[in-house]
Amino acid sequence: MREVRRRVVQLFILHLSFCILCACQPAPEDGPKKTPRTWSAAHGAQRTLHYFTWSDYVGPELIESFEEQSGVKVVVDTFSSNEELLAKLQSGATGYDVVVPSDFMVAIMIGQGLLAELDIAKIPNAELIADNLQHLAFDPTHRYSVPYLWGTVGIGYDSTVFPTPPDSWSVLWDPRYKGKISMLNDQREVFGATLRSMGQSLNARDPSVIEQAKDRLIRQKPLVKIYTSDHYDQLLASGEVVLAHGWGGPVARAMQERPSIKFIVPKEGGTVWSDCLVVLKTSSQKDLAMRFINYLLDSSVAAKASERLLFAAANQEARGLVPARIRDNPAIYPPDALFPRLEWMTDVGDAIRVYDRAWTELKMY
Amino acid sequence: MNSVTSVPSLEGRASDGGAGGYPAWLLGPGLAWTTLFFFLPLALVLVISFAARGTYGGVVWRFGLMNYLDLLHPLYFRIFGQSMLFAGLTTAVCLVLGFPLAYYMARTSPKWQGIWLLLVMIPFWTNFLVRTYAWMFILRAEGLLNTLLMQAGVVETPVEILYSNTAVIIGLVYGYLPFMVLPLFVAVERLDPRLIDAAWDLYASPWSVFRRVILPLTKPGVIAGCILVLIPTLGAFITPDLLGGARTMMIGNLIQHEYLVVRDWPLGSAISFVLMLVVVGAMAAFFRAERRLRQNEVRP
Amino acid sequence: MIRRRAWLRRASVGSLVFLYLPVAVLIAFSFNASRLSASWQGFTLKWYGVLVGDRALLGATWNSLFIALVSTAIATGLGLGVALGIERLPLRRQQVVEGAILLPLVIPEVMMGVALMLLFVMVKWPLGLWTIILGHATFNIPVVVVIIRARLRKLDQRLEEAAYDLGATVWQALQRVTLPLLRPAILGAALMAFTISFDDFIVTFFTAGPGSTTLPLKVYSMIKSGVSPEINALSAILVLLSMGLIALALGMQREAATRN
Repeated sequence: MREVRRRVVQLFILHLSFCILCACQPAPEDGPKKTPRTWSAAHGAQRTLHYFTWSDYVGPELIESFEEQSGVKVVVDTFSSNEELLAKLQSGATGYDVVVPSDFMVAIMIGQGLLAELDIAKIPNAELIADNLQHLAFDPTHRYSVPYLWGTVGIGYDSTVFPTPPDSWSVLWDPRYKGKISMLNDQREVFGATLRSMGQSLNARDPSVIEQAKDRLIRQKPLVKIYTSDHYDQLLASGEVVLAHGWGGPVARAMQERPSIKFIVPKEGGTVWSDCLVVLKTSSQKDLAMRFINYLLDSSVAAKASERLLFAAANQEARGLVPARIRDNPAIYPPDALFPRLEWMTDVGDAIRVYDRAWTELKMY
Repeated sequence: MNSVTSVPSLEGRASDGGAGGYPAWLLGPGLAWTTLFFFLPLALVLVISFAARGTYGGVVWRFGLMNYLDLLHPLYFRIFGQSMLFAGLTTAVCLVLGFPLAYYMARTSPKWQGIWLLLVMIPFWTNFLVRTYAWMFILRAEGLLNTLLMQAGVVETPVEILYSNTAVIIGLVYGYLPFMVLPLFVAVERLDPRLIDAAWDLYASPWSVFRRVILPLTKPGVIAGCILVLIPTLGAFITPDLLGGARTMMIGNLIQHEYLVVRDWPLGSAISFVLMLVVVGAMAAFFRAERRLRQNEVRP
Repeated sequence: MIRRRAWLRRASVGSLVFLYLPVAVLIAFSFNASRLSASWQGFTLKWYGVLVGDRALLGATWNSLFIALVSTAIATGLGLGVALGIERLPLRRQQVVEGAILLPLVIPEVMMGVALMLLFVMVKWPLGLWTIILGHATFNIPVVVVIIRARLRKLDQRLEEAAYDLGATVWQALQRVTLPLLRPAILGAALMAFTISFDDFIVTFFTAGPGSTTLPLKVYSMIKSGVSPEINALSAILVLLSMGLIALALGMQREAATRN
């Protein structure tokens, strides 16, 4: 063992001495000396609000105008799935003030005691929320959350490839489109779509049903080019995939680049979701957080967010303020006719372990 | 440097042990730091790997072997097997690509040697994400490779390389090739060229010159290179994630998945520990192989 | 003999092309006017303009610099202490300590990331700039130790002995003799540590918290949202930066050589 250790040491000396060989002497102190500014900016006189949101929810100009009118610095960090958000919060990332979980995750976070109660008097704009989002089951009275942006999950497809539009989730299992399909990298959504295609609820808790869904997904995997929640808009626009399981917004963005892209919610039904603004219990500046939430919910600000991010604003007035091409795009604002086949995702309790396990198995397969 | 003066000042004379040394307690702070921020966390991983998970994540302090029993599922063996296969393949390709390069560098004129070394070093100093991204840019269906191939009329429809195992291997080889070349270079440079000339003079074939003179004498470099490539590729995370399209999982991705997606810290910890055992085992195997080869050398 | 050389040369040039072409192509296309296509559609600098105006990117760069500077200072100080102190131990214990100090180099980085994350969670230490700094300092200590020890071994011990013979205290010998001799190694080690910290993604990924997004984390999230000319431009800047660093290093080395 000593021999081994001696050798390891030698090897690394060997290797690292090369790293210095080419760079023996420059002084890193030559770097900018102003660095502590970052430090003081994070802890100094100016107030800072930490906003933790979806990676495709960042509209810099929206944040900047809040900073201008309030004199507060907003630091934005991003996540790309609800699970990632929960994991980050559980791993002690306690410095965030305002975060944006989806419906079912709000329920979990309430249950976990992560959320602060909202002072609704400080968020007058909450009254402008559209009726259909006003009394959602997970938080009917806005005690902890207010809806911000909402929409559906469906399939984005290229209409030049599909002269007759696909109308069923089963198209994602069609071997003719092998290597041309992208799926969300999101366990509940991927299982949700599969469960609906089996005629089950998105929120199935029966382990045997979840197992069946997993088997279907394992069968589908060879056809899938990529699991991504981040850039299927680009894949659709460039033609690298012709079918994308996804949220309406990015599909709408792909339409701007390639007009032949269309969006449907399959006949078996799909998810309706709403991302909500919440304040963390650990936030040290709850008043400021409420003010920020109220700002984001302002009709004209929400309209701008809707136009920029291509998701539906929960604010009823904002809907009237966005350009017609956005309001009338079914990928962005779900038409009323769709509602009967939409389902909200809920917290599935202990069954989450079955989902976790099945998702891991699918990814490993 | 500032940090140097921060070493606590020393009173008194050199201790009795004689000249040429500094008090051993100077290593105290560094050792304490490493214990606190390296060994303690590792011990924590070990402890947690025997605990249970809560429904929504976190750790429940109920101890047992269940996480390790979970790992007996064939799928986990597959991931480990696949990762080792990827790492082994990457190491092999790096060796095949790196040896001629290292040999040529070591035998070229000193003036050129500096330039070649620099050229091999620069990628090492370049951000790993950037280098991985470069391949995404080249390999994607609308990327450079396909644009060129289609313009040249070689293919009709784009070749699908990105988001495949091939792409992952290409990315890994690209990322770790300098790690192979540098130790090989040192080894070849130390090799006495007269030994090779002697072999030629004795009419050895090129292959036997390589196999019987060059390879045995550069073995330490080969082993160093292989280990330097093998270990980071076994735990690779970025390359499979970006070039594999989240379809291909290697151990590194599995660990990240357990911690940050399904929030099963105990299981993630168990996987981490098995990975560490595999890495240590691989190193031990390498050294043993080397020693055995060296013993064989002694015999005629 | 000559034929053999030609073959080797071709293979070597081939490998170099493999190492350089992808990055070169990336840089070239950062000047391409087209947003999505990989065919050349005219020269532009607009993607660089977009980067300059990106405040988040600027903030991430500051974070990275701050983390790299502080963690380098810590690692260099502690690593130097270890390198100097370890020589004094009895051989057996020296090997054990050295093994312990160097172990972080051989452990897969993912593992170190999750282990640190667990530690910070368990002691309820909020993740952020400082947890990243602690992590980076930890994996940089062995780097510093290895580089400085390599140099220490080559030092002429008689110089130190001479200092002691002339009545110098340990402190004086360190300050007047050993440190000046170690200077290139210390600077080299610091530069190495700085670069590793500045480029680190994995440990940072697991130990980052609110407002501590670093440049590599930012680049990663940009890459996740797809190929874009802005990333090409950013890549070009990062590549040129590291080349500049090396050029600086070589220049100083040459200067030192001519002075001697």
